[in-house]
Amino acid sequence: MKPFSYQRPGSLAQTFDLLSEYGSSARILAGGTDLIVGLRQQTVDASVLVDIKGIGEFLPGVALVDGHFVIGATTDISRICEYEKFRATFPALVEAMETVGSVQIRNRATLVGNVCNASPAADTVPPLAIYGAMVNVGGRDGTRLVPVQEFIQGPRQTALRPGEFVLSIQLPVPNAPLGVGFARLTRRRGVDLATVNLSCSIDSVGTVRFAFGAVGPRLVLGVDRSGVLADSGAPAGDRDAALANLIAGTSPRTDIRGTRDYRSAMLLVLGRRILAEAASRLGSGQP
Amino acid sequence: MTDALPVVLNINGLKYEFEVLPYRSLLDVLRDELGLTGTKECCAVGECGACTVHFDGRSINACLMLAIEADGGSVTTIEGIAAPGEMTRVQDAFLEHGAVQCGFCIPGMVMSAEYLLARNPHPTEQETREGLSGNLCRCGGYNRMLKAISSVSEESTP
Ligand SMILES: Cc1cc2nc3c(=O)[nH]c(=O)nc-3n(C[C@@H](O)[C@@H](O)[C@H](O)COP(=O)(O)OP(=O)(O)OC[C@H]3O[C@@H](n4cnc5c(N)ncnc54)[C@H](O)[C@@H]3O)c2cc1C
Ligand code: FES
Ligand code: FES
Repeated sequence: MKPFSYQRPGSLAQTFDLLSEYGSSARILAGGTDLIVGLRQQTVDASVLVDIKGIGEFLPGVALVDGHFVIGATTDISRICEYEKFRATFPALVEAMETVGSVQIRNRATLVGNVCNASPAADTVPPLAIYGAMVNVGGRDGTRLVPVQEFIQGPRQTALRPGEFVLSIQLPVPNAPLGVGFARLTRRRGVDLATVNLSCSIDSVGTVRFAFGAVGPRLVLGVDRSGVLADSGAPAGDRDAALANLIAGTSPRTDIRGTRDYRSAMLLVLGRRILAEAASRLGSGQP
Repeated sequence: MTDALPVVLNINGLKYEFEVLPYRSLLDVLRDELGLTGTKECCAVGECGACTVHFDGRSINACLMLAIEADGGSVTTIEGIAAPGEMTRVQDAFLEHGAVQCGFCIPGMVMSAEYLLARNPHPTEQETREGLSGNLCRCGGYNRMLKAISSVSEESTP
């Protein structure tokens, strides 16, 4: 690794000072599972790492505040998965989190870091968007909430402005029945990026929402209000046509993980599968 | 710009105080500076698990952690998993089941198996596979490892 210096601020105020002092040469260090790899492979450049794990204001785990789960920037994925109430409320997100890397990776990797890294293949992003996650961005002048799908603007690009960083992610507890599914296709589970990943929800009035990852520079969202996708008794041809209509919004590319056509075909197959999963969760009263 | 920084670390029950450059990984320091070469380096990017250690009781890849990040914490490496001259049940079972071929992945495998069994003494085969999914064995000795781990699980009372 190229030399860099290291700072471990103890408070938010000190962190904002460091970010304004060092500007774009500073990088936030959370779990390091992307950043250290990037520094080692020299795809990332930084002269100062600002380790946020010493910030006193951050909650160590997950908190339920005013109908929202709040996940702090230093809470790793394994810890989040230990909360029974969280698991029961966001089962499709938990499935996505449990596909990230390995035990060792999840013991370090933060959910916030998975979002901030802004990889088009990040596995937690499609279900986060489907569950309506908001990114809580902090700056010296206060905080602002940005929907996750707007926060990630393209590969490695986020809505963060100079001097800002992410304090937490907020997930609203669904206030009406909702069924959500998640699927991911990969060549080798554990250590390869997703070829495609997707999540969908069905609500009690028959609205179906889809989020497709790894098939465009940003997350692709689609909504079907016709009721066809929510109705498992509708003719299969009509359902496939409605799903294909949503998939038409994606722009998959051919690369080492699969061809464009293969990715599109898999979106249809996996889309059907997670619709069934979401419908059964809606039926069982589990989100 | 990049001066060495002081670090205090408990490693295998012993207190170590030293200075470290901020861009040195915990793995580099364990192996190159402290002579604890049981922990292996292979991919250095979090994929193979050869560098698995326990940090504050949790299994992590030492190649992806900076030594300076570990300041104030405690680390258990393969050298400290059993008392000197002794072996854990997992280590014995690996030998009994012939689960060790070239041996390079084994320290990491043992650390992952110990972590799994400490949290879940009677894992299903699927849970064992998941627990070891961050560890690669290029000799392909996975089946014997699974048998070894399941034998340890069967011995302990449910
Ligand atoms: C072997 C391996 C397997 C993996 N498998 C998967 C997988 O299957 N699916 C998947 O989605 N991901 C996978 N990943 C990547 C995954 O571990 C990360 O995306 C992780 O969640 C990032 O979190 P972190 O805390 O480690 O972030 P870091 O590495 O510390 O940071 C990542 C980036 O986000 C920035 N950042 C972090 N926190 C903040 C903040 N609070 N505010 C502003 N910027 C911030 C950092 O500056 C950096 O640019 C894998 C990684 C490895 C090494
Ligand atoms: S050397 Fe750390 S995971 Fe391979
Ligand atoms: S025994 Fe050779 S790498 Fe596993």
